[in-house]
Amino acid sequence: MSKQPERIFIKGNEAIARGALAARCKCFFGYPITPQNDIPEFMSSEIIKAGGDFVQAESEVAAANMLLGAGAAGIRAMTSSSSPGMSLKQEAISYMAGSEIPAVIVNMNRGGPGLGDIGPAQGDYYQSTRGGGHGDYRHFTFGPGTVQEAYDLTIRAFDIAFEHRTPVLILGDAILGQMKEPITPWVPEGVDDEAGRDWAITGRTNARETAREKRLIKSLFLGEGELAGQNRHLQAKYDAWTDMAECEQFETEDAELIICAYGSIGRIAKSTVRAFRKQGKKVGLFRPITLYPFPSADLKKLAQAGKRFLTIEHNLGQMVDDVRLAIRTVADSDFFPIYPGNLPTPDELEAPILACLEGK
Amino acid sequence: MTEMQEKLVFSRPESVIDRPTHYCPGCHHGIAHRLVGELLDEMNLAENSLLVASIGCSVFLYNYLDVDAVEAPHGRAPAVATGVKRARPDNFVFTYQGDGDLASIGMAEIMHAANRGEKICVVFVNNTVYGMTGGQMAPTTLIGQKTTTTPAGRCITHEGAPIRMAEIIASLGGVAYAARGSLDSVKNISAAKKHLRKAFDCQLNATGFGFVELLSGCPTNWKMTPVQANERLQNEMIPYFPLGVFKDISEEGGIC
Repeated sequence: MSKQPERIFIKGNEAIARGALAARCKCFFGYPITPQNDIPEFMSSEIIKAGGDFVQAESEVAAANMLLGAGAAGIRAMTSSSSPGMSLKQEAISYMAGSEIPAVIVNMNRGGPGLGDIGPAQGDYYQSTRGGGHGDYRHFTFGPGTVQEAYDLTIRAFDIAFEHRTPVLILGDAILGQMKEPITPWVPEGVDDEAGRDWAITGRTNARETAREKRLIKSLFLGEGELAGQNRHLQAKYDAWTDMAECEQFETEDAELIICAYGSIGRIAKSTVRAFRKQGKKVGLFRPITLYPFPSADLKKLAQAGKRFLTIEHNLGQMVDDVRLAIRTVADSDFFPIYPGNLPTPDELEAPILACLEGK
Repeated sequence: MTEMQEKLVFSRPESVIDRPTHYCPGCHHGIAHRLVGELLDEMNLAENSLLVASIGCSVFLYNYLDVDAVEAPHGRAPAVATGVKRARPDNFVFTYQGDGDLASIGMAEIMHAANRGEKICVVFVNNTVYGMTGGQMAPTTLIGQKTTTTPAGRCITHEGAPIRMAEIIASLGGVAYAARGSLDSVKNISAAKKHLRKAFDCQLNATGFGFVELLSGCPTNWKMTPVQANERLQNEMIPYFPLGVFKDISEEGGIC
C-alpha cells in the first residue's frame, strides 16, 4: 500500500465513494435515498472521470440487478442505498450469493421499520448478517465506525468480494454517512482488473482468453443432489471466513464489564468508556468490525477471562444474539436498546453502564 | 434405376448446442432459439456474445446456446443486461424473455432499459400465458382466453386488456428498433429473422435499444394440438397483436 501524505476532510459517504474508486471500481449503479445520496452524486461524475460508468437506475431492484450483471461480467462494481432500498435489493443479493457473483453493496442504515425516518439506526443488523433475502446464505459484512475505516474497508471489500466470489456489504448508518472527519486516503497497488476472472462471462474474444468452453453463471440447480451440493459448497465457504473475523478491543484487558457495540454506537460507547476510565471504573469496549463473520472467538476469550457483558445497539436487540451465542457456555450479556429515532450522547449511555457495573 | 443420393440441405447452427430440448411438442421456443443461433453464426457473434437468461420456460436457453450466459431474477434481465453491457461495452449482450417475465414482473426494467437506449437486444417471446408455472394468465392473455387463473376467460373489466409491448417500446426515446414477428409460418419466421437481424445491427452500430416480439404458440397450456395452436395464433393473436415494424431509426444514424 502506498500512503499518500495528504489529509482530506470528507463525509463518510464520500469516503466510501473515494475508497471504491481507489479500489478501481468501474461501475456504479445508484438510486436516490436519504442518507446516502452523496455516494451516487459523487460517483455520477468521478467514476466517469476514472474511466468507469454510472447509471441512475429506475429502482433499487434494478440497481442491484445491474450490479449482478456487472459482477457476473467480472468487473468491480458497487451500489449503495439505505434501509427501505436495501429491502428491495435483497432479491438480487440472494441471486448473487447463490450464483457466487462478487459485488460491493453499501447500506447507510436509517430508522425503520417501514419508511421510519432518515436518522441513524442499526435495525438492519439481522438483514445484514443472516442473508437478508430468500434462501440460506450469508455474505461478508463490515461495520465501519469511523470515516477512515469506511474508506479502508471499502477498498478491502472489493478484494474480498472477488477473492471469495461473494457480495460484500458495508453497513454504516446516517451518522457515519453524514459525519465529516479528516482521513488519509491511499491507493492499493497491484489491482488487476482481469486477473482471476476464469469464471466470469467475458465472451471468448477477450484478449486474455484462448479457446474455452462457454461459461454459465446461475443459481438454479434442479438435478438430483445438485442444490444440496451447492449449499454444502456455500456453507464451506462461509465456514472458512471464521478466521477473517475482526474486532477492536479498547481497554478490555483489565475490564470487569465489556460494552459490546458496533459502528457509530461503538464509537459513542468508546467515549463513554473513556469517561468511566477517568473515574477509575474498569469498563472496556468490544467493537466488531466484521459483523459477518462475527468475531466470536475473541469475545469468548474475554468471557473465559471472567468478564461481564453489556451489549448496546441502536435497535431493539439484534447483535446481542451473536454476543450471547459466542459466550453462551461461560457467560451472558445484558442488553440496552437505543430506540431508532433517538440519538444517544455519551452521557446517556453512562446510566445503563453504571447500573450494569454495580450489578443492578 | 438411378441411385438416390441424400444431400444435407438443413443443419443445426453451430451456436445451437446438439442436445434435446425440454420444450413441449409444438412449442415455438425451439424456432426462436434457432433464429437467434442462425444470426449468431451468420453475424459471427457467438464468441463475443453474453446472454442474459430470464425466468420461465426459456431459462434453459443457456443450455442450448453455445455462449457465455448469466441467469437473471424474474423480470430483471434488462437490468442485468444493463450491468453486463456497461461493464463490457465491447461485447454483444442480449436477453431472451417471455411475456410473464417481461411484461408483468419486469415491466419497470424493460421500460427503463429501453428508454435509456441501452445498447442491448431483447428477444421477447409472447405466447399469452405463463408456461413453466402451468398456464396462468399473463399480461398478454387475450380477452376471453381461459387460463388456470382466469377459468371463465380473461375479462377486461376484471383483469384489464392484453398489453401490446412492441408498440409501447416503440414509443420510448432510446429505442432504435421495435418490431413484432410471428413464428406460425415459414413466411412469418423469415420476416421474424429479418427483425432480429435489424435489432442486432442496432446494437453493433451502437444505434440504440433493439426489441423484437415473437408471437408463439403454447399448445400444452392452451390445451390444443400444435396445429390448432398455430391456427389460434393466426386467427386470434395476430389480429390483436399486429405484425410489423413499429420503430426503426437504424437508417438515421442513432439517437445521440
